[in-house]
Amino acid sequence: MRLITVAGPPSCGKTSVVARACGALMGQGTACAVVKFDCLQSRDGELYREAGVPASVTLSGGLCPDHFFATNLEEAFAWTGETGAEVGIIETAGLCNRCSPHIRGALGVCVIDNLMGIDAPEKIGPMLRMADIVIVTKGDLVSQAEREVYRYRIRQMNRRAVIRHVNGLTGQGCAELAAIMAQAPEVASVTDMKLRFSMPAAVCSYCLSETRIGGRYQKGNVKKARFEEFGGAHAD
Amino acid sequence: MRTEDTPVGTTGGGDTGSDGELAHGEALAYTPDSMTLTAGRDKSGNPEAGDVVFRSGEITALLGPTGSGKSRFLSDIESLACGDTPTGRTLKLDGRAPDADERFALQGRLVAQLTQNMNFVLDMGVRDFVLTHAKSREVEDPEAAASRVLQAANALAGEPFGPGVQLTQLSGGQSRALMIADTALLSWSPVLLIDEIENAGVDKRRALDLLLASDKIIVIATHDPVLALSADRRLVFEHGAVKLVQTRTGEEERVLARLEAMEGEMSRVRGVLRRGERLLLA
Repeated sequence: MRLITVAGPPSCGKTSVVARACGALMGQGTACAVVKFDCLQSRDGELYREAGVPASVTLSGGLCPDHFFATNLEEAFAWTGETGAEVGIIETAGLCNRCSPHIRGALGVCVIDNLMGIDAPEKIGPMLRMADIVIVTKGDLVSQAEREVYRYRIRQMNRRAVIRHVNGLTGQGCAELAAIMAQAPEVASVTDMKLRFSMPAAVCSYCLSETRIGGRYQKGNVKKARFEEFGGAHAD
Repeated sequence: MRTEDTPVGTTGGGDTGSDGELAHGEALAYTPDSMTLTAGRDKSGNPEAGDVVFRSGEITALLGPTGSGKSRFLSDIESLACGDTPTGRTLKLDGRAPDADERFALQGRLVAQLTQNMNFVLDMGVRDFVLTHAKSREVEDPEAAASRVLQAANALAGEPFGPGVQLTQLSGGQSRALMIADTALLSWSPVLLIDEIENAGVDKRRALDLLLASDKIIVIATHDPVLALSADRRLVFEHGAVKLVQTRTGEEERVLARLEAMEGEMSRVRGVLRRGERLLLA
């Protein structure tokens, strides 16, 4: 099965774009399936079903969504395989922007929209830096000059990714994305594959449901910030 | 303790599988002599009458009521449609449809576009923005180019603005003036698409002169009779498709001359009223 990871900030249009691209692939007779990792709530299962794409939505709830994603990857891969899909897509929520869910040896897609600030490409970090394809949505809502400047900033963050403008509502550009997705590497098993970027470390008392504030309740992997003399956090 | 940007247990994101060959050709420059948009379908799925061929140095006006398919037509050109848009049209350059690699390379390069968007949304200062745009367009002297754009924009805008002002603080007319100046002076794209220049709150004639200074394929969607009659030909839209292709008749030449005289009179009177002077019959 060809394996693709899709990530991007909340509400940037990931599901619309993926559903449209899957529609184009299935129109050519290529079976697709999507596993969506989300945090608290998701209507994306309905959206995929409306588009005729087999999809399974799973929620991390109280867990770090990135760790939840990594610890369920084998099962997610197996599920997409069971549907008989030739192209399997794993879509993740925006998560905390610290992670990149992309896997070495699988096609990594980052979706970002034109309405985010000019520093967004920098802020969303590894999810964009480690992507093979960057899909930019909502370009119809800004001027051409803004699209070009934004693209330039994306290019500064990721020198080698293919950058494409896609309209998730009209589907414009989704056929191109489908053509790229159809060339994703074949993957037999995700076991022993590697993430392109490490997950944030945790395992502190708050991971174990501590809610009280104060140094004496803090145990485990605790990192203390250094602060500037006049405000402003300063990490080590 | 690991630091923010040092991956542990990986060497970063160098491993890309089989897709590495896709990231190339961004700076490809290509100027077609002709461009064809093949016949598509109207909103009911009925076939359009025929293909439309565009040549450089030629202005084509798109006419028809709102929702009749003008913007969709522009968007088919802008996206280098290959049967993948709701209209099913295909864009051919010099008589042939570009292959997938060429389409990738040309995307965002072939067409400069002025849309109906009147306001900027990006959180940047005006000069920073134009300078970054000049750099992204790889112009020779970005600083000088940025200054030229700001100067031209200020000449078009009703009230001038400084280089440090935020894009989002510009008025509709100022935003529009900046978009027009930017498109005219920073873009080398061989095709220029203009949607509704007349509602801009800028000097329409000067804007058009600035844009027409180069030998491009120009396509204007408009409701303005003077702009429509000034064009080399007119495409009339109905129900999502091109219904008629028209050129100016001798009779229409005379109507155009009369309308231009009326516009001149309108702008003379506007100027007099703005200055608080009394009107005299011209």
